[in-house]
Amino acid sequence: MSILNPAIECMSREEMTKLQSQRLQSAVKHEYDNVPFYRKRMDEAGVKPEHILGIEDLHLLPFTVKDDLREGFPLGLLAVPKEQIVRIQGSSGTLGNPILVGYTAGDIEIWTEMVARALTALGCRKDSIVQVAYGYGLFTGGLGLHQAASRLEAMVIPMSSGNTQRQLIMMRELGTTVLCCTPSYAAFLGETARDMGILSQLKLKSGCFGGEPWSEKMRQNLEGLLNIDARDIYGLSEIAGPGVSFECEEKNGLHINEDHVIAEIIDPESGEKLPYGASGELVMTTITKTGQPMIRYRTRDICTLDNQSCSCGRTTIRMGRLTGRTDDMLIIRGVNVFPGQIESVLAGVSEVAPHYLLVADREASVDKLEVRVELTEDMFSDTVGQIQSISNTIASQIKSVVGIQADVKIVPPRSLPRSEGKTKRVLDNRRV
Amino acid sequence: MFISQISIFLENVRGSLRNMTELLGEKGINLLAISIADTSGFGIVRVIVNSNEIERTLKILQEAGYIAKPNRVICVRVPHKPMGLAKVLACLDEASISVEYSYSFYKSNFNDACIIIRPSDLERSVNVLQSAGISMVSQHEVDAF
Ligand SMILES: [Zn+2]
Repeated sequence: MSILNPAIECMSREEMTKLQSQRLQSAVKHEYDNVPFYRKRMDEAGVKPEHILGIEDLHLLPFTVKDDLREGFPLGLLAVPKEQIVRIQGSSGTLGNPILVGYTAGDIEIWTEMVARALTALGCRKDSIVQVAYGYGLFTGGLGLHQAASRLEAMVIPMSSGNTQRQLIMMRELGTTVLCCTPSYAAFLGETARDMGILSQLKLKSGCFGGEPWSEKMRQNLEGLLNIDARDIYGLSEIAGPGVSFECEEKNGLHINEDHVIAEIIDPESGEKLPYGASGELVMTTITKTGQPMIRYRTRDICTLDNQSCSCGRTTIRMGRLTGRTDDMLIIRGVNVFPGQIESVLAGVSEVAPHYLLVADREASVDKLEVRVELTEDMFSDTVGQIQSISNTIASQIKSVVGIQADVKIVPPRSLPRSEGKTKRVLDNRRV
Repeated sequence: MFISQISIFLENVRGSLRNMTELLGEKGINLLAISIADTSGFGIVRVIVNSNEIERTLKILQEAGYIAKPNRVICVRVPHKPMGLAKVLACLDEASISVEYSYSFYKSNFNDACIIIRPSDLERSVNVLQSAGISMVSQHEVDAF
């Protein structure tokens, strides 16, 4: 497998640190001078651009969060005059304003380079036939992969998402070798191809799958089903789009394009930077982007960073698979607990998914998790034993899904707090 | 031969039983019998009311946010003397019927004791008890309280 830009991707740590430091220094100055928002934030934090001499000073800079982008709607965080913006991409928020990102021509170039490295790593070349089945539009998936495959002079089939039968016909007739889409859509395409009896006529070699978290198990399924090499690609429009990091043939973490972004892992509670290997929130700082740069942007994604050398030859640090989101995570005795896991257990015990609340407490310096579940009509029976057996079932399933012992408490209907909009699922009483 | 009963889920916290009984009392519902099964976290309260009031009682409870369900139990008359209840339970046990729970019910115009039983098999327990000559209190008798 080849490396698109070995001068950068295989750079020594010393050189990379030097490059990042130089770029960070000038990026921060540019942002302080041109973005009132960053200037205000830095002034509030008592940091001046001259305090930032290298990446070791990164921690002095304030964080930027999603709400800052939302409040700045439509383009409040631009660092260049609007005339220099050549593209708008973004993500639709389910709540409130969408998040928009403005790109200069240079930003598009950088983004394209990042995705091209990812495609090169999975074997995409001039003679490849690339089918882009990510959505085209504001969402960065479609155009991001399209631009990079075009840069590599591969043959691009811009299918966008959906229309599965037609996707498969094109795939067969044109002999697609690289499939780019979300992993769940890849699985759907594969199953449909099998049902249509055309699976053996496909010529796929690899898949570039991102846009949603997926597991090793899913990789095995996709590789077996489609007879391909399935690779993960990560990104977010706030930073660039897909391609911020990508997997090499070792499939052991995603190499971060460190010449363009600096990644940190922080404790989502304290904001303290965590060492390599520790699980925490991924924070990213752009150092080459000029249109809408990001200083210490909190991605809300939970993962680890690995700085050990990779046998592929790249020296860039790697991020592990995403294990969740900070929005609603609880850490109990070192184990990450997500409301979604509890929800999946509860969905199995009652026809109407019961309302619930996760309560973390500390007793004699031991963390405890209590799961309060509101009784539903169909969970209620006349005998104590039957209700207790439901709560025992919930507890044992939580143990097997999450890996920790929880106290399950059945509470009366409508007794748990309700809030406007997003329902509160977590109560942490340990912060005392 | 069955008696209607209402089971109500209550949280095991101070005041919850009082609140529930006050709610029913204020609406003029008279409780003929009551039993409480409690665990550290929750309780199930079972009450007997006049059968004409069952629907109204359920409605009052459900509108106030309680989970309450009607169900059926039997009520046996046993003589007020040693081995009175034991004889009834032996009959059920010999027919492989177990007792989920039981509580007593005071009826002033009876010389006998009245015991409410929730057997594992309702229909069969009635036959077993009838053929053993054990008399049961009817819903009509309960209502005539
Ligand atoms: Zn590698």
